[in-house]
Amino acid sequence: MMRALFTVFGKEFLENLRDRRTLVSALLFGPLFGPLLFGAMVSRMLDQSIAESDEPLKITISGAEQAPNLRRYLESQGVTLTLSSLSEEAARAAVQSRAVQVVVIVAADYAPRFTAALPAPLLLVADSSDAPARKSADRVRHLLANYGSDIAQLRLKSRGVSPLLALPVAVNEIDVATPTGRAVAVLGFMTYFVLFAVLMGGLYLAIDSTAGERERGSLESLLSLPVDRASVVGGKILATCAYMCLSLAISLAAFVVVFRFVPLERLGMSANLGAGTALKFFAICLPFVPLGAALMTLVASFTRSYREAQTYLSSVLLVPTLPIAFASIYSLKAKSSLMLIPSLSQHLLMTSVLKDEPIAPLEVVLSAGSSLALALLLTAAIARRWRRESMLG
Amino acid sequence: MIEADALCKRFGAIEAVHEVSFTARDGEITGLLGPNGAGKSTTLRMVYGVLAPDSGSVRIDGIDIRGETSRARAHLGVLPHAAGLYGNLSARENIAYFGSLQGIGRRQLRARIADLVTSLAMEDFIERRAKGLSQGQRIKVALARSLVHDPANLVLDEPTNGLDVMAIRSLRGMLKQLKSQGRCILFSSHVMQEVAALCDQVVIVGQGRLLAHGTLQSIRERGGTASLEEAFLRVLGTAGGCE
Repeated sequence: MMRALFTVFGKEFLENLRDRRTLVSALLFGPLFGPLLFGAMVSRMLDQSIAESDEPLKITISGAEQAPNLRRYLESQGVTLTLSSLSEEAARAAVQSRAVQVVVIVAADYAPRFTAALPAPLLLVADSSDAPARKSADRVRHLLANYGSDIAQLRLKSRGVSPLLALPVAVNEIDVATPTGRAVAVLGFMTYFVLFAVLMGGLYLAIDSTAGERERGSLESLLSLPVDRASVVGGKILATCAYMCLSLAISLAAFVVVFRFVPLERLGMSANLGAGTALKFFAICLPFVPLGAALMTLVASFTRSYREAQTYLSSVLLVPTLPIAFASIYSLKAKSSLMLIPSLSQHLLMTSVLKDEPIAPLEVVLSAGSSLALALLLTAAIARRWRRESMLG
Repeated sequence: MIEADALCKRFGAIEAVHEVSFTARDGEITGLLGPNGAGKSTTLRMVYGVLAPDSGSVRIDGIDIRGETSRARAHLGVLPHAAGLYGNLSARENIAYFGSLQGIGRRQLRARIADLVTSLAMEDFIERRAKGLSQGQRIKVALARSLVHDPANLVLDEPTNGLDVMAIRSLRGMLKQLKSQGRCILFSSHVMQEVAALCDQVVIVGQGRLLAHGTLQSIRERGGTASLEEAFLRVLGTAGGCE
């Protein structure tokens, strides 16, 4: 039994080591896709946020001659003003065509109402679906509010009223987000890339050793040997697991390297991803490996051809995202009951490691135990499938 | 020796094989002849135990294939209809994989493969990857793979299908050689000439039923004609099995 299992394992491992498609997907594309995409994305975010906060704010202002005071205030705040005389329609069109980001229109009755101490109308035109424009609009809104509050205080003073009366509450903010905590928000979906690498590592072997065996026409010869089919299935799953472990290791190593080059500190973050963290990630994901291998092998065992298996398995790649997406929508925190859900439990544990939070040993045991139990169950289902006559096709 | 006794198999409403019995003796080549869809593959699959008959039994050298599958299979080499090789493994590795799964020890396996290489003349390509082999070379490797445990009985399902003339010739030569070693060989075909060229015994099936079983001579006598082709058609015609 064990001998046959290791024979099958050795043959599948060797055969796929010689297959370029397996190697590219298992040892190159699968494990490196996540880290590279991630590094590129974080670098881009970094460039953008630094560029935006340094950039002078540009406003197109229409009817500025009515509000010389406002104009002086804005210029004193370092805003670059472009003077124009746009109608509301023209302003809308200009913003929609992205010719300008923000337009402020000083209404015709601004000056008389301002002098009469009535609310003087200003029109702010911006496109909130355009992220940089929204940021600029926020900055303009903030400046205008400050200007308004300055004027209000002056008016109260001139009427002999303490400006403090207009400030019933004073709000002070304390932001307790640690640099690591902030990083986790960005790194949250990195855990999916890790699980993706795990699955990609075994994808082609799972297909090749089942649907591929059938398509090649070697399945029937194999099934007519005096070997227990559970050993054949076991050997195939084991070989799939071996490639998944390799892929996981390569992926984690790549993440460690990528994070060396991405200057997260400049965003006020510190990512806690060194060799130690990578080892912990490996240990956390290890029980997920046989589960993923068994799941892919089971699905592929029901397909008739390589292509069909590829089609179904590409949706299996998305299965681990479901609990993770669910968790981020409901912002679930690690707790024992959630540790029973594979992929979610690995995600939560890895997130805890990233945040430097303490992990209860029970949670690790539950996470590993539930994944391994499900893997065994699926393996039994595969062996059952392989023992059926319909397996011959 | 392979003994099939009253084999029956249904797939849903279709009666694929009904009451088929025959015996294939050692030192003889037995041909299972019939048109496409006559139930040849289903019969052979029951013989090598990947399909369970609804009723009836198969014994390989007296061992029941359903009762003691592993022990019976140790006496049986199988070349199924689809006998694909692993393209990324060398010819030797393909044979060794099956040998190892048959439970043959490493040293013994090496000696056995060396024998097969000589007897099937595989010296030129034994270390080459299977995906680069010609048809004739592939059928040799597939045959060697099914003979690696030195079985006394060999079952081949339409072995000549898709082979070119050279490969068919060389396969015929190998089967005659195996017969001369005293093995029992059972193979299926829908090509009458092929059966005529090789077989000592013929089993004719049509629409899942046994139509005739005997030597080439007895089949001719039954059909009342000197031409085997005529005889074959007449035997089939009585069952309405000919398309």
